[in-house]
Amino acid sequence: MDKRLERILPRVQKPARYTGGEYNAVMKDKAQVDTRVAFCFPDTYEIGMSNLGMRILYGVMNEMDGVWCERVFAPWGDMEEEMRKNNIPLFGLESGDSITNFDIVAFSVGYEMAFPAILNMLDLANIPLHASEREGLTPLVIAGGTAMYNAEPMADFIDIVSLGEGEYVTVELIELHRKARREGWSKHEFLVAASKIKGLYVPSLYDIKYHDDGTIEEIIPLEDAPIQVQKRIVEDMDKSYFPVKTIVPSTEIVQDRVTLELFRGCIRGCRFCQAGYVYRPVRNRGKDLCLEYCIDSCNDSGYQEVTLSSLSTSDYPPLTELCDDLENFCAERHVNLSLPSLRADNFSMELMQRLAKGRKTGLTFAPEAGSQRLRDVINKNVTLDDLLQSCRTAFAGGYSTVKLYFMLGLPTETDEDVLAIADVAARVMHAWRESAQNKQRGIRITVSTSYFVPKPHTAFQWEPQITREEYERRVKLLREAITTKTVTYNWHDGETSFLEAVLARGDRKLGKVLETAWRKGAHLDTWDDYFSLARWEEAFEECGVDPAFYAYRQRERSEVMPWAMIDSGVHTGYLWRERNKAFEGVTTPDCRTNCNACGANCLVGGKCDV
Amino acid sequence: MSKLRLLFIKEAQAAYISHLDLMRTFQRCFPRTELEIKHTQGYHPHPIISIVLPLPVGQSSECELLDFEVTQQSDGSGIAEKLNTGMPAGIRVLECYEVTRPVRELYALQADVTLEYDNGVPAGAAEAIHGLLHRESLIIEKRTKRKELAEVDIAPMILDAAVTEGENALHIDLKVQAQNPGLNPQLIEKAIARELPELMPDFIRVRRKRVLDAEGKDFR
Ligand code: SF4
Repeated sequence: MDKRLERILPRVQKPARYTGGEYNAVMKDKAQVDTRVAFCFPDTYEIGMSNLGMRILYGVMNEMDGVWCERVFAPWGDMEEEMRKNNIPLFGLESGDSITNFDIVAFSVGYEMAFPAILNMLDLANIPLHASEREGLTPLVIAGGTAMYNAEPMADFIDIVSLGEGEYVTVELIELHRKARREGWSKHEFLVAASKIKGLYVPSLYDIKYHDDGTIEEIIPLEDAPIQVQKRIVEDMDKSYFPVKTIVPSTEIVQDRVTLELFRGCIRGCRFCQAGYVYRPVRNRGKDLCLEYCIDSCNDSGYQEVTLSSLSTSDYPPLTELCDDLENFCAERHVNLSLPSLRADNFSMELMQRLAKGRKTGLTFAPEAGSQRLRDVINKNVTLDDLLQSCRTAFAGGYSTVKLYFMLGLPTETDEDVLAIADVAARVMHAWRESAQNKQRGIRITVSTSYFVPKPHTAFQWEPQITREEYERRVKLLREAITTKTVTYNWHDGETSFLEAVLARGDRKLGKVLETAWRKGAHLDTWDDYFSLARWEEAFEECGVDPAFYAYRQRERSEVMPWAMIDSGVHTGYLWRERNKAFEGVTTPDCRTNCNACGANCLVGGKCDV
Repeated sequence: MSKLRLLFIKEAQAAYISHLDLMRTFQRCFPRTELEIKHTQGYHPHPIISIVLPLPVGQSSECELLDFEVTQQSDGSGIAEKLNTGMPAGIRVLECYEVTRPVRELYALQADVTLEYDNGVPAGAAEAIHGLLHRESLIIEKRTKRKELAEVDIAPMILDAAVTEGENALHIDLKVQAQNPGLNPQLIEKAIARELPELMPDFIRVRRKRVLDAEGKDFR
């Protein structure tokens, strides 16, 4: 280990995050390696190591000959301070080498609030922030992940954005980069060649022209770059990579268990949900393969907990059969299965109770909206009756904690809809009185509300976020309406969600705001410990950018969106139709009931195999 | 049913794995053996294992001990190899054997304590530190379990100390009492800071070398 690192580790919290050496961390002989990749996650080790996408691509890249992919996470504040004080540049966990001269520096970006951490990590690595200042082929700074479906606020800093699932395109990109280095191409030549690969978006090859009012007039592709870049997916889930031999952290992380991905995409079509749209279409992994991966991963890692993970796990067609098949193995090995998200229906409830095997973990539901009217608007097709029936079953079975998640500020929301949330909680309480076996144990109901952030590539991408003042008023309204003592009400602070709304639908003018806020100290703003809105307000002011323009403005159908060059497979026309149906309160059936011709079928050769 | 004990090394990166995380690491590795570890009862059964004298984070050791119980009859042969296939870098199980001696017979720890002086060892430091470690009484301030500062005399817990000078470093071959009460060798840093502040090293490195019984023989 590096001597300087040894000196600072005793002074920082949870030093095991910074040492590497975990079981299954990939070590390679540098003499056999011609491509060094720093795979960066702009958040802490505990969060980043819990990310399945990161584990998949780590496996994919390290299976390539001559490529050594190492992990890099954002240091916590105490570690960052020590690193800066002792001149230790950001390093790869596997080799301990500084990543400054790596060939490729790749970021996995799942949420907008991580943008400043990207700048901070580049700076900690002594890599120039701006793509234009990096003249050579290396280090090439690339990024992917859900937040990169609108990469515009980051356009100044990133050389190439990889859209969609990275299994194939990452390999193609690395091969091209290798060729470019071997043949001595200029960076520009390389970027132009990269823009010809499907799924790769090169921000510097697009010129953005603005109207006087600040909206976009035109997006002009240069050097024959495609007008729209379409995301990549793995068509056949049985061929997609699953990291069976995956790193087992030596220190506790957020998702400290085997995460088994049953399918990608989602059939549901909730209108606010970015993941629901951009991961389309649904693709299931075969049951036997899931079974094999589950057993092999438990055997290799020694984990005794498996999450059956996907956007809406109970929609996996052979879910019951898979659980049947896993039963013996789980019993023998003391392995618990868990479902991350529960739908309020009989099927899910039975399954959950069966998996819980008597453990009374809490129940979690996300009705998202309080009234049926508003649930129809967002196309969240769960009814109050379903929810109450599920609760009754659970209470009768001895459950005594329920968590309910809602959003405030959804389009068309009225005070009546807000108050309906309190009513849902009261009725859950009532259901408990009716059906609980043992009332001595009491009941704990938690209602949580978040502040709705309209996201790109969703049916609500044109809609304004409600103002912070209005959000706070609605919080207060709900708080006063919740009178039952057994109901606890938690609400998100509005500041982060407001900024998230600005960044989510931002354009390139936000690049300098990001940089300014970073210089003012926005280093790890995904954490309340470090986030400060005041810093951002100063940055907006200094850059002459009005955040309300991005968060609160109603867009017209005809407006050119900053992310218009990105194609998720779902037609904008479809999103607009969904938006209009939302305002009419008309629901859309799920993909299994009826294909609604969203366009994503073109990604899988014409017909979705739902 | 058998009671087994592991002797293992914990060093390099693994020195930073906390006690709790180390327990989890071993728990995850036990399924690699064919042994059925005795589990606690309840909804979240977990294997019954205990680490003898947990090592402070940051120190390394070549003589860590871990006790566990299995439902089968076993003398531990072949277990070390199987466990080692799942360990993080820096942890290596050397032996697995049936427990014959109770932990209370573990009396002393022998450690290599390295005091690093980046600009060279100050003149006379070896003698001064030797003298310090051989005083009749050596008071340091230590946080109690209730987080209050209390004065403790560590001299009675120092059983032996030999100081030799190396390049930019002093090496102390230190023998301390292991338990009831035990002394963390790192704490001599506090004694130096208090009594010989001008000889404070830039860094202290601790490596456990041996665990001993009251006769000074290796405790196994
Ligand atoms: S094309 Fe049809 S089935 Fe496929 S994702 Fe779109 S709506 Fe669903």
